[in-house]
Amino acid sequence: MNNVPKKLFYSRTHEWIRKDQKDQEEIITVGITDHAQCMLGDLVYIELPEIDSSFEDGQECAVVESVKAAADIYCPIPGEIIEINEELLENPQLINQDPYGKGWLFRVRPFDKNFTKLLTADQYSKQVASEAH
Amino acid sequence: MPFVPHTKKDVADMLATIGAGNIQDLFKEIPADLQKVNLNGIPPQLNEAELSRLMRKRAHQDNNLQCFIGAGAYEHHIPAAVWEVTSRGEFLTAYTPYQAEASQGTLQLLYEYQTMMASLMALDVSNASLYDGGSALAEAVLMALRCSRKNNPTQRILLPRTIHPHYRQVVKTIVGQHGVELIEIDFCQKTGRTLIETLEKVSGDNLTALVIPQPNFFGVLEDADALTDWIHAKGGLAIGLVNPLSMALLKPPGQWGEQGADIACGEGQPLGVPLASGGPYYGILCCKKEFVRQLPGRIVGRTVDAEGKQGFVLTLQAREQHIRRAKATSNICTNQGLLVTASTIYMSLLGPEGLRKVAIASHQNASLLREKLSAITGIEIVFAGPMFHEFVIRLQKPADKILQKLAKSKIQGGFSLKKVYPELGECLLICVTETKTVEDIQEFSEKLAETINHYADSKAIGEKNVTTHL
Repeated sequence: MNNVPKKLFYSRTHEWIRKDQKDQEEIITVGITDHAQCMLGDLVYIELPEIDSSFEDGQECAVVESVKAAADIYCPIPGEIIEINEELLENPQLINQDPYGKGWLFRVRPFDKNFTKLLTADQYSKQVASEAH
Repeated sequence: MPFVPHTKKDVADMLATIGAGNIQDLFKEIPADLQKVNLNGIPPQLNEAELSRLMRKRAHQDNNLQCFIGAGAYEHHIPAAVWEVTSRGEFLTAYTPYQAEASQGTLQLLYEYQTMMASLMALDVSNASLYDGGSALAEAVLMALRCSRKNNPTQRILLPRTIHPHYRQVVKTIVGQHGVELIEIDFCQKTGRTLIETLEKVSGDNLTALVIPQPNFFGVLEDADALTDWIHAKGGLAIGLVNPLSMALLKPPGQWGEQGADIACGEGQPLGVPLASGGPYYGILCCKKEFVRQLPGRIVGRTVDAEGKQGFVLTLQAREQHIRRAKATSNICTNQGLLVTASTIYMSLLGPEGLRKVAIASHQNASLLREKLSAITGIEIVFAGPMFHEFVIRLQKPADKILQKLAKSKIQGGFSLKKVYPELGECLLICVTETKTVEDIQEFSEKLAETINHYADSKAIGEKNVTTHL
């Protein structure tokens, strides 16, 4: 079983979401889960959103490409992109090596603090288990 | 038993099952104005012997005609070895070589093609070809849209009217559905070029790309450097649309302006593909390395296997349709493996120097004819500036009728611009390649002068339609 940290939120489309503070403001950091990177295999290219662009929840905002597939990343919370992980552009394998740390994708200033649509670690683990058959 | 796939009863049963009254009902959903009811000159039904006879007769009409038509499809000498080698069993299969372990020869050939095409265009990468020149331009435009930011609300593409009219139609058909504004840019009536001052009239900075045809549809050379720098200054991408053969003489897109064009595309037919009633041809698409992930279609890469030996594989395929389905970079990136094989062999046989000689000979022949025609009363050279191997003349007589008369003298005298550029009047687009001799050129110019002079006298004589290749 892949690593699913308890303290994070998750989306059905395999993004993880972490609440963070930046300059006394509540923001969120988004990445893809250990399970997702494991399914994709070695990542070779990442396309990140433009800073200051805004997205609805569930809207495509990035693309991760591995040796065998390219997958869309969906913005899990409506908001505005305030920071992207530029290190990934040079070194996409950071996502494989450290999906919850150095492999983060982007940070969002949420328009809406309602996180109830997101999954808890337990709910996400159950979803992953139900997909594996 | 004769070969009859469906009896009348079969057909009636099938129609009854689906509730259609007759066969014509099946086509009802096609709007009436789009249905081609009567095809001119095609008899309704013939048996095999009658059909062969008719086809031989029609094929004979084309025989021994001297072709001075270009307009996107060019007659060049193709060494016999080109199709002899291309037709070998090892090359003849057109199947995309997904299975690298069984396709090393085909893959290596495609890799060589990409290397040749990228160096001809002075760009970093080439794909392994597309369907034809028009769809290659549409794909180049779609690429430019993907390369510029997605959040841009309205994307605008500048399409000079000096681009082949058919290509502009293809772009409208394919790209028109993407909520993109396609802006046509008029050309200078004096020079046949796209002018910066005309471009400046397009308001706003929100420009995605400018297409730069070189040479343009009139055979005229555009100021590619200035146009490239202009669109770059506006924050857009420069797309070169070029005749690959002319690249042996002209500055390639990768070297235009300060930074070079970003994407280059074109029709590959001039390189070893015969004229055949409009196809099959193939499309060229090249780009700078930074845009390679938006380059649609098959791309072959060179790598090493587990033992360190060189091998070739399809690469960057994660965004292609066999993996990404509807979200692929393109879903119409048909490639033309066989024609690319012929082109690669053609380029290998000629080499850079041979290609250059073909291009120079074509240019010199066209220049000679232009000079001869300029001396004839009743013929005006419409655009006097530098050209590659095509030019436009204006007549004081109806251009279409003159072409029909010339055809009777076994000369296909050019492409009438009347339908596609009515504002130019009675104009012909004339092409001369290396296939013509000085005598051919002399004969054409004499016959044209004669036809023009005698036109008024013979006007009353009934005309018969003559088929030309466009």
